[in-house]
Amino acid sequence: MSLDPLQKPESRAPVSPQIALRVAALGTLALVMFGIIFFRLWYLQILTGEHYVAQQAAQRERPLPIAAPRGQILARGGQVLVSSKTTNDVQIIPSQLPPGLEGQLTKYKEALEAAEKKTLDYRAQLKDFQGAHPHVKRLAPSSRRQLRLLQREANALPHVRVAPLPASDGRLRSLFRRLGALLHIKPRAIDEEVVRSVDATSYAPVTIDTATGPGPRTVLGERQGEFPGVVQRPVDTTAYPFKEMAAQIFGHVGPVSEPELKQKKGPYKGMQAGTIVGQNGLEYYYDKYLQGTPGKERIQVNASGEPLPSTLAPLAPKPGFNLQTTIDLPLQKAGETALRGEIKIANETGRPADGGAFVVLDPVNGEVLAMASYPSYNPEVFTKPISEAEYERLFPSGIPSSGGQPLLNRAVEDGYATGSAFKPITSIGALEAGVITPTETFGAGKCLDYHGQPYCNAAYMEFGNVALAQALEVSSDTYFYTVGMRANAYGPVIQRMAHRLGIGRETGIDLPSELEGVIPDKEWLEGLVEKERKCTRKEHKPCGYIFEPNAIWTTGDNMNLAVGQGYLLTSPLQMAVAWSAEVNAYRTGGEATVPTPHLGKQIDEPNGALWQALKFPPRRRFHLNPEYLHYIFEGIHDGTVGPGGTSTNVWVGWNEEKYPTYGKTGTAERVGQLEQAWYMCFLQSASGQRPIVIAVTVEQGGYGDQAAAPVARALAQQYYHQPKAKLIAGQAIP
Amino acid sequence: MSAISPIQASEETAQQSSGGFTLPLDPLLTLAAIGLGICSVLTIGPATRHNETGSPTYYVEHQAIYLVLGLVVMAALSRLDYGWLRQFKVWIYGALIVIMLAVFAIGTHVGESVRSISLPLFSFQSSELGKTLLIVFLAAFMVDRSRKLRDRETTALVVALAIVPTMLVVLEPDIGDSLVYIAITAAVLFVAGVPWRQLAALALLGVVGVTLVIVVAPALGVHVLKKEQMERLTSFLHPTHNVESSAFQQVQSEIAIGSGRQSGLPHPGSAVYGFVPENESDFIFTSLGVEHGFVGAALVLSLYALMIWRGLRILTMAKDLFGSLIAAGVVGMLMCQVFVNVGVATGITPDTGITLPLMSYGGSSVITTMIAIGLLQSIYVRARSSEALKGRVLRW
Repeated sequence: MSLDPLQKPESRAPVSPQIALRVAALGTLALVMFGIIFFRLWYLQILTGEHYVAQQAAQRERPLPIAAPRGQILARGGQVLVSSKTTNDVQIIPSQLPPGLEGQLTKYKEALEAAEKKTLDYRAQLKDFQGAHPHVKRLAPSSRRQLRLLQREANALPHVRVAPLPASDGRLRSLFRRLGALLHIKPRAIDEEVVRSVDATSYAPVTIDTATGPGPRTVLGERQGEFPGVVQRPVDTTAYPFKEMAAQIFGHVGPVSEPELKQKKGPYKGMQAGTIVGQNGLEYYYDKYLQGTPGKERIQVNASGEPLPSTLAPLAPKPGFNLQTTIDLPLQKAGETALRGEIKIANETGRPADGGAFVVLDPVNGEVLAMASYPSYNPEVFTKPISEAEYERLFPSGIPSSGGQPLLNRAVEDGYATGSAFKPITSIGALEAGVITPTETFGAGKCLDYHGQPYCNAAYMEFGNVALAQALEVSSDTYFYTVGMRANAYGPVIQRMAHRLGIGRETGIDLPSELEGVIPDKEWLEGLVEKERKCTRKEHKPCGYIFEPNAIWTTGDNMNLAVGQGYLLTSPLQMAVAWSAEVNAYRTGGEATVPTPHLGKQIDEPNGALWQALKFPPRRRFHLNPEYLHYIFEGIHDGTVGPGGTSTNVWVGWNEEKYPTYGKTGTAERVGQLEQAWYMCFLQSASGQRPIVIAVTVEQGGYGDQAAAPVARALAQQYYHQPKAKLIAGQAIP
Repeated sequence: MSAISPIQASEETAQQSSGGFTLPLDPLLTLAAIGLGICSVLTIGPATRHNETGSPTYYVEHQAIYLVLGLVVMAALSRLDYGWLRQFKVWIYGALIVIMLAVFAIGTHVGESVRSISLPLFSFQSSELGKTLLIVFLAAFMVDRSRKLRDRETTALVVALAIVPTMLVVLEPDIGDSLVYIAITAAVLFVAGVPWRQLAALALLGVVGVTLVIVVAPALGVHVLKKEQMERLTSFLHPTHNVESSAFQQVQSEIAIGSGRQSGLPHPGSAVYGFVPENESDFIFTSLGVEHGFVGAALVLSLYALMIWRGLRILTMAKDLFGSLIAAGVVGMLMCQVFVNVGVATGITPDTGITLPLMSYGGSSVITTMIAIGLLQSIYVRARSSEALKGRVLRW
């Protein structure tokens, strides 16, 4: 190697030291720049690369949930009450539609913003209202109505109309028109659905029809080219083979709502928008079991959110668990048929019966064997896009004083006075407190005059002086008015007993909402009056906690309570529970066990194997004097068989030796309406097997034995497999 | 310059070991150019597979043609005595101004900007070719005043002459290339030996000018830059997730590069590229980072380092000042483009829209860069042959 080149001089004047310095400076600058870039790259790709890989994956993948088949709801014994079935969905892929959607979408978004502002206004109003009236349960009906109105408006999703497609977007209009004609859906409805869905999740396909028949399916399949952007996909939907039966108990399903999704805690945390969840009833209460785990179709999207061809395998959904209920299917069916039938008969005979409910409870373990509320609805309407007319029918804008409201579970969520069906509760309260003895007789006369106010028997009947058992048999109001009158001096003894038995407090049933109810006493009334006074002073107008702002607790109020009238507010379920507690005490020699009523029996695996048995321990236990119970049950037994029994006519022909009956009618007066019929009864086999407690009520049904008791008999017939009897309804015996 | 000689020695050892035959081109510079060309084709391939429906290889094929064409131009230029160009300096400057103005007259509008002229076979981007014209012109101008290099007047004249095409580029608007023009001018002035004080004064003037344009003028209601340009330059400071904003694009570019990790994603697919705009031109470095990871990016950066080092080396070995200044201009151009482009892709400089030499897709950019490298080759060859004439190493 020659060293010669190293010593070569430059051809021109050698680079001056100054220039050499500059070149070195330039080189250094280049070195620094490369240093910075290398360090940055090292940082991005080596040190934090992991983080970017995750970020990269997260933003290009849009998991599109594949709905998991919901668990089924079964009757005891396994008959399917609510099933999950596979149907063919017609879906629209918005990005493949002819142009025209953008304009609509922009307008819709603007309108939605305005509507959301309005909802926020309502929320503020509701907050103010709740601030002014902290105790909801002591609200007067008018204020309660106002509250409910505000609550509905505040919680309602802003409902905004979609502006119609302009005529210029002819291709899109024509597509919607042809698709609408094929599927029998209004083109406008399709358009609206697409716009709403694209607004919510721009990349997700829009489901247009969930139960497409084979005809349209073939047309769509064969003429794919004529329906750009329209596809078919099999999906799971919830089906209700028994339609309206027990609808309020099951509740319906629907997409998780906006406010629910926003909740930081609870079952909806992390849920994908559009996930089908239980909206009420058992579907809601047991949602976490029924829900299942949705699968994931991993859609890849580009920066504009448009889907790209994907190679990622979908994750299969995991079906939900099945819920086996305590419902006895034949009993449920028979009961609903009877209730509908009685209401029909009532209507035909001039009584405007318009609502009703029944509960059949196993008093020992609290299992609800059957439960229904009339009118009902078919929850299937919620499994597909719902028309506005149907929506209005199910959720009427106004709140009627009676009838209607098919979504309301009257057996659990609505409160009533019960009339005489309350008397066995009054009896035990008065006996235990020593207000009366079972054998002393009193209560003669058609009416009881108290401070100039007549308290009369129904139909001004005269029963003479009677002892407890007979008073129960014939339902002597004058007797029980006297009990109430005397009891008032002892304090709230009837109230305390009723409360212990389960009236005016939540039963703990496995349903999302139940009525707490009211068992009125002096303290309760005074609290309400005080509150009304304070509020009025502040607001300078009546607040509606109570009608009479100067009301004071009178003996008359206690007398009304004794016959199940007045301020009393309870549900058929609470009555069934209270009766069950008394029945349990009667059956066990004084051990009053208050059961927890429940509909859930066990959670099953999708394949039917038992996964978890549900346990509902009794609420409370306490002791009652068995002697007192003996008299009470003698009375209510005579009520069903005795010559003066108020429901003797209903039990004509019943096999009394094998299945003795104990029952009490109730006729609750309602202002401006026909009486509400009640019937409470208890049956078991002669050997004490298979006990049941039945509660039936029919709004505007008339006397207790008219509309309500026949339903109870129909239920008992079914439960004990007794021959059907032609019932004579309409005999006006209170 | 003997300090850098060991490399030179080894290089020449190689030449001697191959039987005394000497290469007609700077081997390392040529290697860097060809290497970058190969990397470009390898990167553009997967990056553009989904761009042109129907012909997935459209971009690769075209880029390959540009590169081969560019290499031919480079080889041809290396045969040319760059000194010959000096006499045409007025024509060169004239041509520079004419092609810049031509863009405004007959150029194709893309959105708000007009940067290229559509010719039958390709679209010609004036500001790209203008870079080499400016280099040659400035070098020639400086050489003509070589007796007065340190005069304030010379500096002022150079700046005045350079600022005209630069402003024309700004008006297109093409902020990125105007930066390159400034870098070229600065590099030529710097290497020509303009006193530090004058350089400092120019720098100060530049800072004041930029401040006026970006901060003061808008405050007074005068908008020198278009809104879109302002956003591009300032959104860097507050990146948002607005898809349209260039800061969002930069964030996406960072994510994409980061996800390439050590050795790249085997099949990045269009899902990755959908988020990064212009992934074959201005954001080619992003594609490189995704496809080949740190290894690929480091390799390409090494090739640039090699190229810049060779440029600096040729600068010092040039047989005359003209050659040195041309080399300085080329080095300034390359440094500016590489640093700003990679800086944009990795999120350390604002998004200015600048091509990565030889890597970015585009005929104008590739051929301009090849012309610049051809000039370097020519300077190298002249330097070597003059040494050879004097009985030194080179014998060809």
